[in-house]
Amino acid sequence: MIKHETIEKNIGLMILLIIIVISGGGLAEIVPLFFQSSTTQPIEGLRTYSALELEGRDIYIKEGCHVCHTQMIRPFRAETERYGHYSTANEFVWEHPFLWGSKRTGPDLARVGGRYSDDWQRAHLYNPRDVVPESKMPSYPWLFENKLSGQDTAAKMEALRKLGVPYTDEQIANAREEVAGKYEIDALVAYLQSLGKLHSVYTNKR
Amino acid sequence: MSAFWSAWVSVIALAVILGCTWLLFATRKSEKYKESTEEKVGHEFDGIEEYDNPLPKWWFQMFLATVVFGLGYLVLYPGLGNFQGLLGWSSHGQWEEEMQHAEEVYQPVFAKYAALSIEELQDPANETGLRMGQRMFANNCSVCHGSAGTGAYGFPNLTDSDWLYGGDPATIKESITNGRQGAMPAWGAVLGEDGVRDVTAYVLTLSGADNVDSQAAERGQSQFQALCAACHGADGKGMHALGAPNLTDSTWLYGGSFEQIAHTIRNGRNGVMPAHQNLLSEDKIHLITAYVYSLSQK
Repeated sequence: MIKHETIEKNIGLMILLIIIVISGGGLAEIVPLFFQSSTTQPIEGLRTYSALELEGRDIYIKEGCHVCHTQMIRPFRAETERYGHYSTANEFVWEHPFLWGSKRTGPDLARVGGRYSDDWQRAHLYNPRDVVPESKMPSYPWLFENKLSGQDTAAKMEALRKLGVPYTDEQIANAREEVAGKYEIDALVAYLQSLGKLHSVYTNKR
Repeated sequence: MSAFWSAWVSVIALAVILGCTWLLFATRKSEKYKESTEEKVGHEFDGIEEYDNPLPKWWFQMFLATVVFGLGYLVLYPGLGNFQGLLGWSSHGQWEEEMQHAEEVYQPVFAKYAALSIEELQDPANETGLRMGQRMFANNCSVCHGSAGTGAYGFPNLTDSDWLYGGDPATIKESITNGRQGAMPAWGAVLGEDGVRDVTAYVLTLSGADNVDSQAAERGQSQFQALCAACHGADGKGMHALGAPNLTDSTWLYGGSFEQIAHTIRNGRNGVMPAHQNLLSEDKIHLITAYVYSLSQK
């Protein structure tokens, strides 16, 4: 029998035991996911983000959209009725980082692509209350002023390719040209319109 | 999940639970000290000392209860690799059950209204159908068209009798199902800035404005007939087939001031109504159509 005192007075032993106990959860719940086809193989027909959509994704992160919007539809009828088919792991294998979010102040955006027109998205981002009077989403007028240079786009795509996203040499070579001179709003709207549209396995019928 | 990973998960999950249980017993004071003693731990701070008492019994038992709960959970629910649990529960299965239940409850209701025509649904006897349409309009359409359907800048008002593509039931349903793509080209490069202002002046006269430069309007008229009449008609009354708005009334989708009209002519307009055939079932589109149709029938 070891005594509580033994552990309490040997901080090294205590740290060791704590690590053993808490790593149990990670080893059982996280490690196997790196080796399952359902979590490592992309869903059929999945395409990568275009250079402009990728820049839009970074603006989405920069403006903190993921703080109030999730991109994760859970398998409940209440959610699938509103947002479309529930999200599955194989839709996210090329997402770095994941933008699942954890809090919904605004609605889920996992399948928002195609639900509203580009014009609506622009009007809404310029001042949400112009189209949804009761909205409490902030306005993002500077997106209409800031231009993208496309300077880092190719490097970002290279980095993603190292992580397993199958960008072609051609896509990377054309990245700068596709992005340069576009406004941030163009990139963000392109990204939003791509959400849920990167493959067509699930019908989003509600 | 392969047999290896299934075993991996199971062994670790059980080992952690058993390990914690062992730790709980191993670090517990021996039987002899189960009750409170007068013995002190041996350290003292500012005169405060601590009794060397065992973990209170209720607390110890609560730890044991979590162990029992954990093992019980693993027996009933999927947690040990490929073992599905005695209840056979899965999140996907639960979702399908919910969907099936909803289908049984709501499908007959939808089927009842799907059998009625849009005109029949206007009958007060079928008010529930219209109200269902209203709720679905609020959920799906109000974001652009407003909760009362009165529209906004760039998003058409559905409550008046002015329709871009036509306001009969079949056309409304077509607009919702397959969407619409506005196609007003940008004429700034063709007309030049003076030309844009001339045509703007002429367009304003179509709806009876009298405070426009009549000479400019006259110059604009010939440009209008050459470039605009193909879609908006020679008389400017528009064309439903193309979604070209009537320019002779006082309804303006993008504003009716001189500058706003000039902006529209200069830069074009490409408003999009998203197609809903892949978003909503036919029965739901049917009821939303009935509601939208009712808005302009009052």
